Amino acid sequence: MTNLKTVFANKKAFIAFVVAGDPDFAACADNIVALAEAGADLVEIGIPFSDPVADGPVIQAADLRAFAAGSTTAKVFELVAAVRKRTQVPLVFLTYCNLVYQYDYDKFFTRCAELDVAGAIIPDLPLEERDEVKPIAEAHGCHIIPLVTPTTPPERIAKIVANVDGFIYVVSSMGITGTRDNIKTDLNQLVANIRKYTTTPTAIGFGIHTPEQAAQMGAVADGVIVGSAIVDIIGQYGREAPTHLQDYVKAMRAALPE
Amino acid sequence: MQKIKPGRFGNFGGQYIPETLMTEVNRLAAAYDHYKNDPDFQAELTTLLNDYAGRPSRLYYAKRMSEDLGGAQIYFKREDLNHTGSHKINNVLGQMLLAQKMGKTRVIAETGAGQHGVATATVAALMGMECEVFMGKVDTDRQALNVYRMKLLGAKVHAITTGTGTLKDAVNAAMQEWASRVDDTHYVIGSTMGPHPFPTMVRDFQSVISREARAQILEATGKLPAAIVACVGGGSNAIGAFYNFINDKDVRLIGCEAAGKGVNTDQQAATMETGRTGIFHGMKSRFIQDGDGQIAPVYSISAGLDYPGIGPEHVHLAETGRAEYVGVTDDEAVDAFEYIAKEEGIICAVESAHAVAYVQKLAPQLAKDQIIICNLSGRGDKDVAAIARYRGVDIHD
Repeated sequence: MTNLKTVFANKKAFIAFVVAGDPDFAACADNIVALAEAGADLVEIGIPFSDPVADGPVIQAADLRAFAAGSTTAKVFELVAAVRKRTQVPLVFLTYCNLVYQYDYDKFFTRCAELDVAGAIIPDLPLEERDEVKPIAEAHGCHIIPLVTPTTPPERIAKIVANVDGFIYVVSSMGITGTRDNIKTDLNQLVANIRKYTTTPTAIGFGIHTPEQAAQMGAVADGVIVGSAIVDIIGQYGREAPTHLQDYVKAMRAALPE
Repeated sequence: MQKIKPGRFGNFGGQYIPETLMTEVNRLAAAYDHYKNDPDFQAELTTLLNDYAGRPSRLYYAKRMSEDLGGAQIYFKREDLNHTGSHKINNVLGQMLLAQKMGKTRVIAETGAGQHGVATATVAALMGMECEVFMGKVDTDRQALNVYRMKLLGAKVHAITTGTGTLKDAVNAAMQEWASRVDDTHYVIGSTMGPHPFPTMVRDFQSVISREARAQILEATGKLPAAIVACVGGGSNAIGAFYNFINDKDVRLIGCEAAGKGVNTDQQAATMETGRTGIFHGMKSRFIQDGDGQIAPVYSISAGLDYPGIGPEHVHLAETGRAEYVGVTDDEAVDAFEYIAKEEGIICAVESAHAVAYVQKLAPQLAKDQIIICNLSGRGDKDVAAIARYRGVDIHD
């Protein structure tokens, strides 16, 4: 199993997000390989959900493309198996709790471990409910990646980051996923609050799309997460996306601090 | 009720929502915990319920229907006579008074049939708060009258085109809006659903229905009813009508779900019958979904029951055998809508007509000295045009 610590070792991490099956399963595998080859340190694979309440229009549109391509949880695991024959890039899933619950928590993380998927980000599984899933994931060597947001108070951050050693997903802004030109949150303060309680790496996501933002956020945290901007490229270029993705990742990577 | 932890009804309930909302939801839970035991808050709420909403609502003996059906004596709890035309005002007054105490100046709400949206827009006008309502595009089309009512009351109405364009999508949109603006905004959830504290809080605010009904039936007849019958979508009028009878073990509690074009079709919303346990909209409860857990499109003639889930307390009541849930089709509901209009001179909401339809089946099976209380959750002015369409009648003038 990939140790997520390696993702953040001696460099700022660039984390890319794609929706599984967008625009179809073969092209999606090519996109993941292209992202890895261009220097993505970790790829988050979104398992599409019918009602993605934490996601904005760009990712919702990608979910619809994936459903049109016949996405099911079983097909997503087949995709990962195909990807694993071509790259050893660290992977995590991002999906909603019901899909994991219906697959069965134990079976889900058994499959994750078999395919070297290091963990899952589950936006609708907050601190209050995560004990339902976290011990099962950890029994298979997988991480549940918690989220910290601009409204999370320090005493709550302390509880969220306790006993977490994958990474901490720092949500840059309130609302839903999607590119933003201005990120107003005092992220220095937020990341400083997290670091008071843990040495686990932090990665900032929600809204980041330009190299300038990557430079700025990379100076604050241990990594940056880019979702909607990448999904946009896939939406725009379809099967021609891999070269465009590589150019984009290289530009973003280059902008990150050493 | 045995509870494992706050916000749980047996295994159901909980707080499955994004971290962006957790701090606000916890703040709300703490505020509710405080104010629910505050005599000044309760006195203020009672004044609003009585003087503004017109409570207590009447418990009306339906003599003609009782005689026609030839069995149990039928009483209607007249929530349709409340200000704004449904039980929704009970919860809205409670939540918005609480929101005001929390310093909120803006409210948002989802709505299906528009009754909850109208109630929220009404109380926003009363309290001088800003109001935005999220409503599926399918529902803004079939409930155009209520959309215009909300606009008259000063609310902004968003027609939601994502997904199936119905109540579920309106909830998604309202949750997204709340996640982007919590500081000054309270999300007035209209049913006993969502993350804790909503299912408990909404139930408490709606339990006024059964508190009154229990006292009224004892006063009128000296005995308890054999059954309480209410329609169920998310389940707020039903839980309100059931709650103070839960410990009266001989009183059957019967929820009527929307079976649409039949539970064996994919055009239905009978969650208890065709759903299974899942996690969605902030709660572990029962949902209509496919094998992977993708939430299924649902259908009912009634926009207020057109929802793929049900409140967690109902699932607990069903699993412990305390309450029963039955499906009622569009056809049966429309027949009942017309029946109660002609028999009792009451045009009830098509949602409530689902409960009336089951009363028509149940009453003849019971003895004449037994009583059924049916909760008439809302009035049907909003549905007249849709019923005419259903019957193929052109009423455009």
